[in-house]
Amino acid sequence: MTIGVLALQGSVSEHLKMITSINKKIVTVPVRTVDELATVDGLIIPGGESTTLRKILETPPAPNVEPLFIPIKERIAAGMAVWGTCAGLILLASRVEGENPCFGLLDIDVKRNGYGRQINSFVGEGEFDGMTVGMAFIRAPIVTRVGSGVQVLAEYDGKPVAVRQDNILATTFHPEVMQRDNRIHKYFCNMVEDKV
Amino acid sequence: MAVKDDKSVTNRRLLNRNLAQMLKGGVIMDVTNVEQARIAQNAGAVAVMALERVPADIRKEGGVARMSDPKMINEIQNAVTIPVMAKVRIGHFVEAQILEAICIDYIDESEVLTPADDMYHIDKNKFQVPFVCGARDLGEALRRIAEGASMIRTKGEAGTGNVVEAVKHMRKMRTQIAEVSALPVEQLATYAKDIGAPLDLVKLVAKTKQLPVVNFAAGGIATPADAALMMQLGADGVFVGSGIFKSSDPQRRAEAIVKAVAYYNDPVMLVNASQGLGEAMRGIDVENMDDSERLAKRGW
Repeated sequence: MTIGVLALQGSVSEHLKMITSINKKIVTVPVRTVDELATVDGLIIPGGESTTLRKILETPPAPNVEPLFIPIKERIAAGMAVWGTCAGLILLASRVEGENPCFGLLDIDVKRNGYGRQINSFVGEGEFDGMTVGMAFIRAPIVTRVGSGVQVLAEYDGKPVAVRQDNILATTFHPEVMQRDNRIHKYFCNMVEDKV
Repeated sequence: MAVKDDKSVTNRRLLNRNLAQMLKGGVIMDVTNVEQARIAQNAGAVAVMALERVPADIRKEGGVARMSDPKMINEIQNAVTIPVMAKVRIGHFVEAQILEAICIDYIDESEVLTPADDMYHIDKNKFQVPFVCGARDLGEALRRIAEGASMIRTKGEAGTGNVVEAVKHMRKMRTQIAEVSALPVEQLATYAKDIGAPLDLVKLVAKTKQLPVVNFAAGGIATPADAALMMQLGADGVFVGSGIFKSSDPQRRAEAIVKAVAYYNDPVMLVNASQGLGEAMRGIDVENMDDSERLAKRGW
């Protein structure tokens, strides 16, 4: 099984390390090009700045080179398991307050920087699919609506913070910075395995 | 790694270091007004540094350079969704209190402004908001981290458009990290004493072979190639100060530097990012610069 982490900007090495910590047999690939994307069975879109990621995703990297946005969207639509953390969730969402959606494949509404600025970033704890996990919210978005086909896997303070729609997993918090806890990464690996 | 209780000091420190991790692979751009901030965000900046004068102008105009008008910073905060940073003078903890009160996302305790204290830096552990500080070598970086900095950047030589000092500082840092990682344990205390750094942090670096916080490059980066150079030398991301808005086509140059940082290891992409950008900022030779003109000398 090969898991890719979109490596254009953000918490790339953190995700790669987490996946490696689960099982050395899982191949990890930082994904920057269409060729690298073709090698992966599942893709993580990491935390970072969603405006930056989007800009790089949508701009052709060179003349006559297809921007990564198109093949990623096609792969997700065709069933590839994908997981967006924080910025990744914003990119996957079908509606983002005040702007046009990016991939628009996950039926949720999102408000960017929902809790405020960095001074309002916090660590909480909640149930994720029956497991108690620590959750780091860093300038995190808030999910304001969840579509009927979307399952809420975790809530914090009455708001959905982890959601799943078939092959798409998204969290408003950052499991990749919780160094001693790779259970949500395991959950995603299982999703990828089910699809392979 | 963060732990449960969200009120603990440990958590604050980790959340602040984690925000810097989210900025990795990104470009932080100096902006002096709302219009520039919007250009920076549209070009793909991961954050903006709000200040009244870019380093090149501070250098030219002289006088005392201070924290920017909070009103101007606030306008920029309202104009963009990406994090907004701002600078305070070295040791000026009241300027830092003011920036914390307007909920700035990151404070740069910066040698680019005129130092307010010729002996001491701010006790950054007292603050809820994160700080980034400049460093020329490992000792300076670890002193700042001990004081509570959540992110480090090279000092380089700001406002010159000359990358040589940033290269020097990044290489020095990498060399010292390699050195300390290879030392037997009994030599670490002496090494810590020699570089003027706390022993516990020196031990941590020896064990992990890296700084405990993210390390960006700054000071003199003017072209996409400069930015990719710093990334290949091991920087986690770059600050571009005067380099963008002192060039002939800021929007294009900003986009090109963002692209160069994302694809820093791919020369074909770098060709594309480097062409047709118009004039880069003019730049200053650093070698013949008088010591009194060197901003990197500030900080202790």
